[in-house]
Amino acid sequence: MDEPRIGVYVCWCGGNISDVVNVEKVVEEIKKEPGVIVARHFMFMCSEAGQKMIENDIKTHQLNAVVVASCSPKLHEATFRNVVVRAGLNPYMYYHANIREQVSWAHGDNPEEATRKAIRHVRMAVAYLRHAKPLEKIKVDVTPSALIIGGGIAGLRAALDLARMGVAVHLVEKEPFLGGNTARLGEVYPYGRRGSEIAAELIRELLKHDNVAIYTNAEVTSIKGFIGNFEAEIRVKPRYFKGKCPNIMEAIKACPVKVPDEHSFGAKMRTAIRLPPYPGAYPDIPAIDMEACTKCGECLKACGDKIDFAQEEQVIRVKVGSVITATGFKPYEPREGEYGYKTYGEVVTLPQLIGILAESNGGGELVVNGRKIRSIAFIYCVGSRQKPSGDEKANTYCSRYCCNATMYTSLKILEKYPGVRLYHLYRDIRTYGKHELMYEEACRRGVVFLKYSEDDPPKVRKEDGKLVVTVKDLLTEGIEVEIPVDLVVLVTGMEPRPNEQLNEILKLPVGRDGFYQEVHPKLRPVETTLAGFFIAGTAQGPKDIKEALASASAAAAKAAGIVLKKQLELEPFVARVNPDKCNLSQKCIAECPYGAISIKEYDGKGRKAWVNAALCKGCGACVAVCPTGAIEIQGLTNEQIEDMIKAAAREV
Amino acid sequence: MSGEAFKPKILVFSTNLISDVGIDYTGLLHMHYPATTAIIRLPCSSMIRPEWIILALKSGFDGVFVAADGTDCPYLRDCTDRTARRVDKALRMAEEEGIEPQRIKMAAICSVCAEPFVNHMRNFYQTLVKLGPVKRRG
Repeated sequence: MDEPRIGVYVCWCGGNISDVVNVEKVVEEIKKEPGVIVARHFMFMCSEAGQKMIENDIKTHQLNAVVVASCSPKLHEATFRNVVVRAGLNPYMYYHANIREQVSWAHGDNPEEATRKAIRHVRMAVAYLRHAKPLEKIKVDVTPSALIIGGGIAGLRAALDLARMGVAVHLVEKEPFLGGNTARLGEVYPYGRRGSEIAAELIRELLKHDNVAIYTNAEVTSIKGFIGNFEAEIRVKPRYFKGKCPNIMEAIKACPVKVPDEHSFGAKMRTAIRLPPYPGAYPDIPAIDMEACTKCGECLKACGDKIDFAQEEQVIRVKVGSVITATGFKPYEPREGEYGYKTYGEVVTLPQLIGILAESNGGGELVVNGRKIRSIAFIYCVGSRQKPSGDEKANTYCSRYCCNATMYTSLKILEKYPGVRLYHLYRDIRTYGKHELMYEEACRRGVVFLKYSEDDPPKVRKEDGKLVVTVKDLLTEGIEVEIPVDLVVLVTGMEPRPNEQLNEILKLPVGRDGFYQEVHPKLRPVETTLAGFFIAGTAQGPKDIKEALASASAAAAKAAGIVLKKQLELEPFVARVNPDKCNLSQKCIAECPYGAISIKEYDGKGRKAWVNAALCKGCGACVAVCPTGAIEIQGLTNEQIEDMIKAAAREV
Repeated sequence: MSGEAFKPKILVFSTNLISDVGIDYTGLLHMHYPATTAIIRLPCSSMIRPEWIILALKSGFDGVFVAADGTDCPYLRDCTDRTARRVDKALRMAEEEGIEPQRIKMAAICSVCAEPFVNHMRNFYQTLVKLGPVKRRG
């Protein structure tokens, strides 16, 4: 750039900064730096007045670069890049010095040293700008379509939103039918509609759009490319059914296979033939589970003309501009013997109970496995809020939906089967928001609440053929209570779905809990650090149905924001090769995880390394390994970093 | 200077999306660590050229702390290994320069790792106090 003419603006942040950092001193010191034309401090730089002051100075003093020293760049870097743009500068002729989170707030115990650190941080910013060059955002063309992985309610909602916005959608579901976990539920809060009805309604709406391609029994097996231009490979497993078979029930009867039925969370058994599990399920065609099938051929006798064992896997390639991952959760499966699970038939999980209730037709009596149920104990927080011990994986989080779902289910039971006694053995009740009214109602209706300690959880045993639950109730000074019940319901939480294969392909960041992680829970709640990839629903963490749907609509809006543009502008912080310095060691090519670097013939300079800017994510791994310093991140060059180090090292 | 107690200066390399967020979080909680520090943020800790670590130690810093992305790295699954290789190389270069290896430290700092960061900085500071200033040539 021309001779640097830098303006430096030190913010008080009301007093957040200036109560600790001597801002006058910072300004006084920084004015001595070569290239600094003007330096000021002000109450709030981000205010209208502060922004105007910077704009005016840029014009009056012909500044060509600006430093603001204030809060974290995560908050206001974008704000001030816009300020310099308004005054006619390139947005990258700006550097943000962090003197609040990393200075005044961290060093309130030592104002003198804090002031020195602030000076070091501002000196670094000035050093950065001395060699800064205007940069252009990288422009790429966009494919106007989206890939959605997961056909549960979050995936369906996102697909529908995108389809309505005119975006072509490819929806991929691993199971033979759409609907996910929600479609397996009975009546849900607040209107008592079945989960399957909610899924069916979304499916019905989605099928009205001709810009939607649905792949069931299918998996995404590769994704290549970059934001705006991905190519995905989808593998569709055969269903082995060519259409509906009128004699299907005979075929089911003939099938010798019995495996746990996914749709009832394993509460019932099914054959190797999977039927559309609920009214409105899509597609309305059975599928054979080849992993369970013994190929005995009995079903052919009933549905011979509709079954085709010669069907083969199909591989489909699609081009998309954006990807939404909505792969949902896995219900926590209690360990064998955990509270008597799988040891006693009368111990079930909450999802299983909801399935059982959906099948029961009222009539005054609740019957489970042929047994009349007059009393139920619910044990809360099974598989949630676990204490980490040793190397064993622990679900330390709260699963969020379960208190509310248990309360709602209890009220439904009392409504349909008055007289059933309900005992809730809980650690804490977290019926946040409107759900609190259900908790109050449950108390009014005589549900008994007993609070147990996580260190001394309830015990389930069988005595004279009847379940007995023992619990020390903290609300009555730890008195041990014995409750004989007909049914024990384990209120199980949500776990991340084990998506190893998909994770290997997507490389989405996964948080400590094992769920997909957003960039920032508040500022960028459905975006991931991988540009063009969004997350929706419970794949991101425990959510109830309405929260899952809200996040799906948010992800759809963000995806549309990308694919509905003809061209995208990407941040320019990507690697770039100086062919004069490159000695073709090829270390950068081996180091790059994105395959962004290749060899290219440069005019008059021979074959040298070359970076495809659209593929480069700007991690800088190549920078560290280059023997000659030929590859650098533009906007953060080796020279800039070295100058920053030297500037910060100087005595204050 | 001679009359004052030695206050080691530490250069911290942080990462935009992970450890810099963790260091911000430390400030947000008003947790204290030695203020004789300076923090340079990079996209990823695997970007650090070993030469930069040596440059810092030869220019006036008494220690360099690499606040690595660790397993949370959004770019690289093996970020820890890669960053460790940069640090290993810097250690070998430091040895050649007669600089003590204890002046270079690397630890993964996650985006909410306020307490670990403070502990690392305090311990590192104490190590550097014991070592005294870098014996710079010339």
